[in-house]
Amino acid sequence: MIAAVALALLSIGCVVAAWRLASARWTWRAPRIAILLWQSIGLTWGLASTGALLAYALQPYGQGVVYGLHRYFDSAISLGLGRGLRTPYDLSRSVAFVAGVALLALLIAVLVAAIWQTLRARRRHRMLLSLTAREDPHVPGVRILDHPGATAYCVPGLRAEVVVSAGALRLLSKDELAAVLAHEDAHVRERHDLVLLPFAALRRAIPWARIVRDAQASVALLVEMAADDRARRHCSPRRLATALLRFGTAGGVPTPQGAIGAAGHVMARVNRLIQPGAELPRPFRYGMLALSAVLTVSAPCLWVMPH
Amino acid sequence: MDILWAQGTALTAREVGKLISDRDLAPTTVMTVLDRLTRKGFLTRTRDGRAWRYQPVRSRDAYVAELMLEALDLTGDRSAALTRFAQAVSDDEAEILRKALLELEEE
Repeated sequence: MIAAVALALLSIGCVVAAWRLASARWTWRAPRIAILLWQSIGLTWGLASTGALLAYALQPYGQGVVYGLHRYFDSAISLGLGRGLRTPYDLSRSVAFVAGVALLALLIAVLVAAIWQTLRARRRHRMLLSLTAREDPHVPGVRILDHPGATAYCVPGLRAEVVVSAGALRLLSKDELAAVLAHEDAHVRERHDLVLLPFAALRRAIPWARIVRDAQASVALLVEMAADDRARRHCSPRRLATALLRFGTAGGVPTPQGAIGAAGHVMARVNRLIQPGAELPRPFRYGMLALSAVLTVSAPCLWVMPH
Repeated sequence: MDILWAQGTALTAREVGKLISDRDLAPTTVMTVLDRLTRKGFLTRTRDGRAWRYQPVRSRDAYVAELMLEALDLTGDRSAALTRFAQAVSDDEAEILRKALLELEEE
């Protein structure tokens, strides 16, 4: 019973932590640490919620979730004969078992579906790019999309492609373009698409959950900030900031739904490029790293813990 | 594809091959490429005697527009397929950014 209670508390703890982290502002001063923390919270929440249900359901086996699952399926295969439990399951445990397995299957299915859908969308995007985009000797290695709107993005993957629209080329000065390309290059190198994928998947699966929406939005912003930080090593942060503002003020393109507050995010990025905040105190940074390590380890430990 | 878009009429593989002047491609190569593009849904073909005539399904601009929609995250599916440099903002909010840009440029 201890494992079930601990897992349930851990799951609630993760929700509280996510809620706190979504409104925290120290994260902007250390985006990489914050991203790591978000990832461990997400993973732990999934394992703890399913684990709590399963630990309760499989408690009669008395050997923890992993062992219990093993025994359960063993006895299911041998049709309840042999090494199964003698006492029949009561209703609440059966419900918990079904709920736990269903939640686990749902989380995995959502992730797999998101990966598949993302890969398919990218493949089509690449194909269309190869048909319509052109190359410019002035900006080597970049695909140019003949469209008056301003945009710059990358199609991540093993062979990542950076794309800039003709509108964006007109909008930006040479230094600003270099800054934008450095930013996109950071996305490519650090594989930020993989960081975003599980959060985007969860948001699509449960769009009404506010906490999931906030989590996805924070991670998306943090990823941009991490890319800004990497880009500023190779270019002038000021030019990156003016490039950001120019994109925002370019206009002429419709605004995506749910982009309210996008300007706030742009201003937050601009402000930290112009006036970078002091680095977080060392104990705090190490504390957060330790917290994320403990979180990540805790749920798997509780899965194998007997009782 | 560019040639088919530029011509605006349905062409046979032989005609496409002739128009690709900068590279000397075997007719079978051209045919394979056209066939693959057809199977992927970018071209349609109609019988013309013993040959096929190929025609683009949609205009080049339509595809560019589709790419742009995805690039600006306007498709509404919120996938993590692309990583974008900056999001578009609404007109009211753009005013705030315009002021900030002026300030930065004056300094």
